[in-house]
Amino acid sequence: MATSTASAPVTPGSVDDPRPPRKIGFRQQLGKWDVKLSPYLYISPFFLLFAVVGLFPLIYTAWVSVHEWSLLGGQGEFVGMENFQFILGQPNFWKALGNTFSIFVLSTVPQMIAALIIAAMLDANLRAKTFWRMGVLLPYVVAPVAVALIFSKLFADGSGVINTLLGQIGIDPIGWHSQSLPSHIAISTMVNFRWTGYNALIFLAAMQAIPRDLYEAATIDGAARWRQFRSITIPMLRPTVIFVVITSTIGGLQIYDEPRMFDQAGKGGSSGQWLTLTLYLRDLGWRTNNLGRAAAVAWLLFLVIIVFAILNFTLTRLIASSGAKKDKKGQLRVSASGAAIPSAPSPASTPVVETSPATGEPGSGTDGTTGRTAR
Amino acid sequence: MAIAGATSVALLATACSSGGSGDSESSDGKITLTVSTFNEWGYDDLLDEYMELNPDITVVHDKAATSDEAREKFNTGMASGSGLADVAGVEVDWMPEIMQYEDQFTDLTSDSVEGRWQDWKTAQATTPDGKLLGYGTDIGPEAIAYRADLFEAAGLPSDPASVAELFGGDSSTWDDFYDVGDQFMAAGTGVPFYDASSTIYQGQINQVEESYEDPDTNEIIALDNPEVKDIYQGVLDHAELSAGLSQWSEDWVAAFQNNGFAVMLAPSWMLGVIEGNADGVEGWDIANVFPGGGGNWGGSFLTVPAQSEHPEEAQALADWLTAPEQQIKAFQTTGNYPSQVEAQKSEELAGITNEFFNDAPIGEIFAEQADRISVNPYKGPNYFAINSAMADAIARVTVDKTDDADSSWKQFEDAVNALG
Repeated sequence: MATSTASAPVTPGSVDDPRPPRKIGFRQQLGKWDVKLSPYLYISPFFLLFAVVGLFPLIYTAWVSVHEWSLLGGQGEFVGMENFQFILGQPNFWKALGNTFSIFVLSTVPQMIAALIIAAMLDANLRAKTFWRMGVLLPYVVAPVAVALIFSKLFADGSGVINTLLGQIGIDPIGWHSQSLPSHIAISTMVNFRWTGYNALIFLAAMQAIPRDLYEAATIDGAARWRQFRSITIPMLRPTVIFVVITSTIGGLQIYDEPRMFDQAGKGGSSGQWLTLTLYLRDLGWRTNNLGRAAAVAWLLFLVIIVFAILNFTLTRLIASSGAKKDKKGQLRVSASGAAIPSAPSPASTPVVETSPATGEPGSGTDGTTGRTAR
Repeated sequence: MAIAGATSVALLATACSSGGSGDSESSDGKITLTVSTFNEWGYDDLLDEYMELNPDITVVHDKAATSDEAREKFNTGMASGSGLADVAGVEVDWMPEIMQYEDQFTDLTSDSVEGRWQDWKTAQATTPDGKLLGYGTDIGPEAIAYRADLFEAAGLPSDPASVAELFGGDSSTWDDFYDVGDQFMAAGTGVPFYDASSTIYQGQINQVEESYEDPDTNEIIALDNPEVKDIYQGVLDHAELSAGLSQWSEDWVAAFQNNGFAVMLAPSWMLGVIEGNADGVEGWDIANVFPGGGGNWGGSFLTVPAQSEHPEEAQALADWLTAPEQQIKAFQTTGNYPSQVEAQKSEELAGITNEFFNDAPIGEIFAEQADRISVNPYKGPNYFAINSAMADAIARVTVDKTDDADSSWKQFEDAVNALG
């Protein structure tokens, strides 16, 4: 029957005995593949998109950074680590790194504190809640360029509103554009103006997920509001704080719009008073047309952010293990701050806690609201 | 499974398709051309007129705020191979950079533009092998704009003819210019003489034939060139005459409204800027004089990038826009002085006056100053970067006051060496 074996694949319809089980086998195989592979296909859009817009540029940038590469002329010779060597030897790179950190610290720290306070105020029983909550988000809606235009009028060295006001109370005008630290403060103010309300809302969402029983219990124990804030609110917010710190770290290290718009030229000041890493990158790539060096700066910035991410990660784990310990029943006991709040007596408190605020989802906040108002 | 696969592919396709450029030709055969310029070229009315003359063509005007911004957009578009306008405006300072990549541009050589410009203007846009990459639009002959009322208050002559004489007339030198400044300051009105030291530097460096780069090799000579150092030193020695402002900054704009300074070097295109910023201020006038023998500051070209889908129509539009008749109209609107020989000689241009500047005969003044331009400064591929480092160096001393002339020069050296 040599002919039948040869014709078998061509006409699968005409079958001998051994064929059908084989066919079923293939169908089963298909079914198996469906079960095994489909989930990957369902989640693949993200990974494909990430590969296209995330991974590929990353690798391509690395490729550019080891070549002589002109913005207009394109790829040149392979130069290995020369671009990196050059960048690390430039005083401007280190200046930019320092400025970036300085602006980052000046914008993140006050912003976190202010956002916490605003969130705590919004969490209180206010009239016209939605109005206030929308109000704090308003600066976030304003385009960064518009913010920069307004603040450049405020912070102009000679004709600015702030220096004029300072002059009236007898303080010498501050060189917002000529001195390094004042320029950082001015830029941080723009960043804070824009992001404080946004972060406050995230904090607010997390605050509303805190079980109210804890506060009731604390009130019965005679804890005042400040003590409650310090010993219940803050510890319960830790995961959210970490989330917000991580996102603002990444944003802060990549800061571009505000320093770019701080003066007309956008070069970070005549001696780099507010030159940040991204501005430096742009200056190399687009003013001197050296894309290879710009790519090297991009990679160095990437490494700096990774270092920070690792720092944040270890910090998170430290706080997670020392800050809030769960016992077997899943009840939360706050110990790190030494507050020794007794475990809430109500069983309602047990399932809430910990995970939902960590994601920073607004959903968890609304749940908290409805839960509270229902009570 | 197949559906899942198809969905992910579709999602990906949607994600990628947003980057493409829009259709430039609609179904009824109409063509859309884009024109990119910066600052103010006075083209709005002209483009409307062109669309009326050519009903099949729609022109979209993309205006950048500054030349820097336009250059960045332009370089990005050129590097990525898409996104450039069909007719793209290029300033003379960054023209040399793009001249290195001549195959990215349409050769605009044509009989209709033969002899339209002065030779030096055409030379700036012509490659070594004779391709014409850009049609000249305007040039920037310079005069001196001054506040007649502030001159009077300082006890100096204030009518244009006497002020021109005060600055030294036709044989005016930069020393004369600084001397008048000293006299003005000595009167003690409390008003600084000029707006920004960097502009005074710019006026002088534009009169140096070989400033930053060797014309033959493009080697950077800025650091060893005594002329550059002398001008730098001269400007900083007279820093007390300056209002200590940085050009285009918030404070600079505000200073127009509160007697911030009495004198500005005024390339023709600056008139529109002064008029806009000094709205409502009386006393501005123009003296028909310029130190150091006339000078050109700025001026631009229209190019047709090779990526344009309608190079012929684009070239026709550029040709029309840079024809003498059109450029005279632009001069009337914004003061951009035409680079076309015929326009410069026309009766119409000679008769143009400017109401804001005390009815100054600007057509006549700039025609005369344009004739005095004798130097065609060489600008190589690194000109823009070096000049911007120099502007920083001067700002460190006169605006920020964080450095003295020597330490700022050292930082300038570092910046220039980092270009190599």
